[in-house]
This record gives sequence, C-alpha cells and structure tokens, in this order.
Amino acid sequence: MKQISNAPFMGTEKQEKELMGWIAAHKGEKGIAMNALQKAQEIYGYLPLEIQKLVSRELGTPLSELYGIATFYSMFNLAQKGKHQINVCMGTACYVKGNAKVFEELEGILGIKGGGSTKDGKFSLDACRCIGACGLAPAIMIDEEVFGRLTGDKGELEAILSKY
Amino acid sequence: MSENVNIKINGMEYEVEAGLTVLDACHNAGVDVPTLCWMREMNQIGACRMCVVEVKGAKTLVTACVFPVNDGMEITTNSKKVQEARKTNLELLLSGHDQNCLSCVKSTDCELQQLCRDYGVENTRFTGARERYEFETSTLHLVRDNNKCILCRRCVAACKNQHVSVIQPSGRGFETHIACAFEAPLAETGCISCGQCIVNCPTGALVERDCTDNVMDAIADTSKTVVVHTAPSIRATLGEAFGMPVGTNVEGKMVAALKRLGFDYVFDTDTAADFTIMEEAHEFVERVKNGGTLPLLTSCCPGWAKYCEMYHEEFFGNISSCKSPQGMMGGMLKTYWAEKTGIDPKDLVVVSIMPCTAKKFELDRYEMQAAGEGMPDNDFSLTTRELSRMIMRAGLDFASLSDEGYDDAFGESTGASVIFGASGGVLEAALRTAVSWVSGEDLASVDFKEVRGEEGVKEATYEAGGLQVKTCSVSGMAQVENVLRQVKSGEKDYHIIEIMACPGGCVNGGGQPSQPAKVRNFVDLKTLRANALYSEDVAKTVRVSHHNPIVKYVYKDYFGEPGSHKAHDVLHTSYKMRPIKY
Repeated sequence: MKQISNAPFMGTEKQEKELMGWIAAHKGEKGIAMNALQKAQEIYGYLPLEIQKLVSRELGTPLSELYGIATFYSMFNLAQKGKHQINVCMGTACYVKGNAKVFEELEGILGIKGGGSTKDGKFSLDACRCIGACGLAPAIMIDEEVFGRLTGDKGELEAILSKY
Repeated sequence: MSENVNIKINGMEYEVEAGLTVLDACHNAGVDVPTLCWMREMNQIGACRMCVVEVKGAKTLVTACVFPVNDGMEITTNSKKVQEARKTNLELLLSGHDQNCLSCVKSTDCELQQLCRDYGVENTRFTGARERYEFETSTLHLVRDNNKCILCRRCVAACKNQHVSVIQPSGRGFETHIACAFEAPLAETGCISCGQCIVNCPTGALVERDCTDNVMDAIADTSKTVVVHTAPSIRATLGEAFGMPVGTNVEGKMVAALKRLGFDYVFDTDTAADFTIMEEAHEFVERVKNGGTLPLLTSCCPGWAKYCEMYHEEFFGNISSCKSPQGMMGGMLKTYWAEKTGIDPKDLVVVSIMPCTAKKFELDRYEMQAAGEGMPDNDFSLTTRELSRMIMRAGLDFASLSDEGYDDAFGESTGASVIFGASGGVLEAALRTAVSWVSGEDLASVDFKEVRGEEGVKEATYEAGGLQVKTCSVSGMAQVENVLRQVKSGEKDYHIIEIMACPGGCVNGGGQPSQPAKVRNFVDLKTLRANALYSEDVAKTVRVSHHNPIVKYVYKDYFGEPGSHKAHDVLHTSYKMRPIKY
C-alpha cells in the first residue's frame, strides 16, 4: 500500500492559484480527474488530502474515487518525495542477482517502507523497472547516479548513503 | 419499436428482442446463468466473469451480463468448457478469500459459497499473495471484513447510487481492496449508514454490527423489562429469511416468535408511526397556515436525516422536527409508559426491529433521550436479518408458528402507519390526516394512489381547503439530491416532500433480508414487499392515524394537543451539522 504523508501540508497560495487556473481551463473535459491529479502532482510534488479534497470539490468527483485513481497508478505519490530519490531496479537481471535483499536492507537502514520518505526529508525509496544497467546488476540509482555490482551488505549501502 | 432476432440457446431456437443482453435472453428462456458482480442498471462491469458462456464463432468465452444478442447467435451456457472456466474463476476468487465459512454470519446465505457448492469447488489450486486486513468497525452500523471481499464492487455501485460514494477500490493488483479515501475510518466520511452496501454484498465482507448477543443478555437479566417493537416493513420481509415467497405478510408469526424469544412486551412501531403522523401533519398544517418554511421535508428516515446534516444544512428549516417512529416509540415507552406501569426507565430495555442500519446510528443521537441523559429512547436496534438469526438460534420453526397479536398498550395501528414501509407511504399517511383536518371532515376516500409505486420520484397535487397541495415522494439518495437541487433553484415549489434514503423506501432498506443476485436482479422486491403492506392497509378497519384509539387516548391522557410542549419534549428532535473529514 502506498505510504500516506502525515507531514503538515505546506502548499502556497501561488501553487493553489496555478492548480485552480488549470482546473478552470479544463473543467468538463473527458477524463479530467486523472489529468487534474497529474497537474496537481506536477505543482505540489505529491497528492496530499488537502489537494485531493480541493480537486474533489472543484470537479465534483468523490474523494474516494480520486484516492482510488491515485493508489492505482504508480506515478502518483501520496507522500512528499525526499531530496534524493533512490530507485532500486527490479528488472529481471537485478532481481535475480538479489536486489530484493538490497531493497529490504535499504528499508531497514532508512527506517521506511518502499514508496516512503525519511523523516528528515533527505531520501525517498522506490522500486523501479529496468534502468538499463543490467551489466552492473544488481544496481540502484540515487538521483542520476548508478551504483552497481552491489552485495547487499549493510556497510556497503551505508557507505553509499553517507555521500549524500 | 423493437426488432427481434433469432438465436439458439443450448441448441434450442428462440426469437428474442434485439438489444437484450445474453444474460437476459437466457433468463427469459428459463436458463440460469450465474452472476456475482452484475446488478441491473447499477453495476454492469463484466468483472467477475462468473457469467461466461460460449458463443459460436467468438474467439473467447463472453460475459453474458454485458454482451448483446445478435441475429443467428448460438449460445451454449453449460458446456464442459464453460463449467471449467467458471470453476477456475471461483478458485481464483477463493484464493483471495479467507474461507472462514464456519464462523461467518453469511454462511448458507453467501452467494460465493453457493456457487462453489454448485460448481463443486471444494478447494483452490491457487495460493496467491494475500493481504491481511483489519476489520473496519468505526461506525455503529457496519463491520467490513476485507478478508472476505471478492472485489465484485457491488457495494461501490450501491454507494454511488446513494450519491455518497465513500468507498472505492483502492490500490492495485494483490493489494486492491475496498476502502474509504486515505484509508480513513468510515465514521469520518460522508457515509449515511443506509446499509445498501451491506444488503448488496454477496459474501460476508459487509455485515451489520450484530447486537443480538446484547439483546439476549438483556432478556436473560431478570432485573430488566425488555420491550421490543417492530417497524412496519418487517412483517413484509421477515418471511424471506425463512424461505417464504417475497411479499408474504408474517406479522402474526413474527409476534409469536418474539414472544417465544422472551421479550416481556411486543409492541408495534406502527402505533408510533400514527403519533408521527399526528405531529408531522400538525407541523405541516401549521406551516401552511402561518407561512412557515416550505416544503416540509419528512424526517422518519435516519439515513436521510444524517445526509441532510452532512450535506444540506440549508434545509434545516425545512426538515420536520418529528422523531422517527423508532424514536417516538422509545421516547413514549421510557417516559409515559414507564410512568403508567411504574417501571423505572433505567430498568427498561427498548429494542427495535428495523429494516435499516441507519437506525443503529439514530439511537445513539444525543438528543434522543426523552427520559433523561444516559437513557436512550431505544437501547438496541436490530435489522430484519439479526431478528431472523435470533429466531433460528432459538430453534423456532418459524413457518409453523400460529399467529399471535401485539400486546395492548402500543399494539393497535392503522392502515396509514403500516404503509410507512413503502416509498410514498409516509406522505400518503400524512395527507390522510392533514387534508381531513384542513377540510374539517373525514375523507370519502383515503387513497392517495399517485404517490405509490417504486419509481424514485412521484409528484402529485391534491386539493385541501382551497389550496393546491403540491407533493413529492422521493427515494434513493441520487434522486433525492436531484429533487433538492430543483427545490433550491426554485424550479420546483412543493409544499411537502417525503424523503427515503433507500430506493423504494424501507421495504428495500439496508437491514432487510439479503436476496441473492438471481432474485435481486429479476424480481421486483420493492413492489412485491410494498404490496403486502398496501393489502394490510385495505384490510384495516381504521386507516387514518388520528382515529387510532391509542393515539386518541394518549393525547387525552398525556400530550394534550399535537405540537404541545410535552409532545415536543418526547416526540421531537433537533439537527446539527456533521462535518465530513474525508
């Protein structure tokens, strides 16, 4: 299940104005709910309760329906993303080479579940599809940087994270 | 004009209407095709794939519920291929189900269990990832156990049809589950407690919060006097739980069963419904005479009252201040009747049998404590289903019980009150009294037939004392929302509107016996059940509330006039805004 943010909502008036403007321009279009959520995520980076409520009110779409959409599609986040994005590749090569263990180990070190972000807002952890680094399997990406041929050893991963 | 097409079903030739679904064509031909997710006009998503059939020339099996017939179509519903596919689909459904049938309240009543029996599914070959879900128990009326959910989405469709849409499939793949937004407790959403999700659930995933043990405890406690009263519509539906035909009136057997269960007094909520009419008709006539807020909106339905409090505070001036018959009965029992009989209201336990799960919410309303704080008008409210379980557990052979009558004090009722259970009934009962009061004489005919029927919105205009009284009775929250919008915009200027949350009114309430899909989709439950009530109405000697001898006596003895100070203390309520968090 996707992690839901429990951090206080810090949206700005400018952000809200942008979203409201977009909704006003597109209201009535077919399939608007999904597009509105995409736009909202583009503006806020994630889809907290406050924003889904706003979209629900403006479009007349039930909140539960928006939440259903937001939890169905992997592109939507319900929790704010950290400063650095860790993507653990679960493509075939990385997976058979043991990236599931790497993923678990990272969850332990960071004290969060996949899809979540650390309390200090530094890291977000996600599983992802093939990153095209099969020759380095098992591999992870932190932001744009690839770290490959991992052993899944705790010390090794802690050393990588300490660079950030 | 509809065209016909020629088709074959299992080798037999039929001429059927073009545009019919394969499912309906088969049904009309007397061929049963099983369904789980399909609800006529409400949930036509072809998701569960129980209804697959073979169509000659089609590449795959097709879902009968959504596939239309066409000319020359050859359908096979019972081939080995079809049966194996259905069996596999059942196994797949079971792989995500906890299969705790022994301890499930729905056991023997469960559509999934029945289909597994029909198709010889005793075990599943599949063991997929299975989530464990906590029970949802945040409300007084419902328990949701997602471990028994097969994701048919019937509850979601029912909730959407009630215009509240507080539940939705959330997540994806193995993690898909029915939830409120942000996994919030149901109690913090805009749920109106109507129970339509429960009555439409094919498995034990959604059930009412069972209070039968609490009631048995009260009966066993010798220091308590336990009184039960039964809502108008229960007599028209309880028999279904014991295999009787839909629309059988079992009033006498029900009373006999309640007496055998050990209740000290068995009263009729109908009697209280007659008091409701006294107060509501009085309120209506006063508002018309004195230029009060119109339209008057009825307040018997606790699902609607909760909806109004959550979504439409602008109608607080319109909604009647009358308690529902449940509230009036409990209020009178714990004040007037307790005083008369010398029973301390603290030792009095009032149990209501209701067609409704929102009544469980209603009895907890802070202002429904006529006898004082800590003494709710009603202590427990059971659904028709809960009562049927109590009767079964007591080992009573319901069908063979001889008819018995209600106890005297609150056991006499009128034709006006018995029709409360059908959409339009409260309005008709109110008109019988209000029109008679305004004209100052008894009516030649007490039938207001235009407000009857299972349609969602019924409009009618009647003459009373020179005034054209514009009425509307509406049931089903989607329809209600529509009517309220029209009233707000000034498009409609009714004088009085009867509002019932459940489509068709209480006879189709969320607490009524669950009928499986093959009955629910093909039998007009609302009309058959309502007919049982209208037949009783005609058979009654007294058909207007203000001529009920008990009503006359109690007003003379206690309340004085309708709308009196005392009547307000016991028979009226108030409303408050209920903010929705999710």
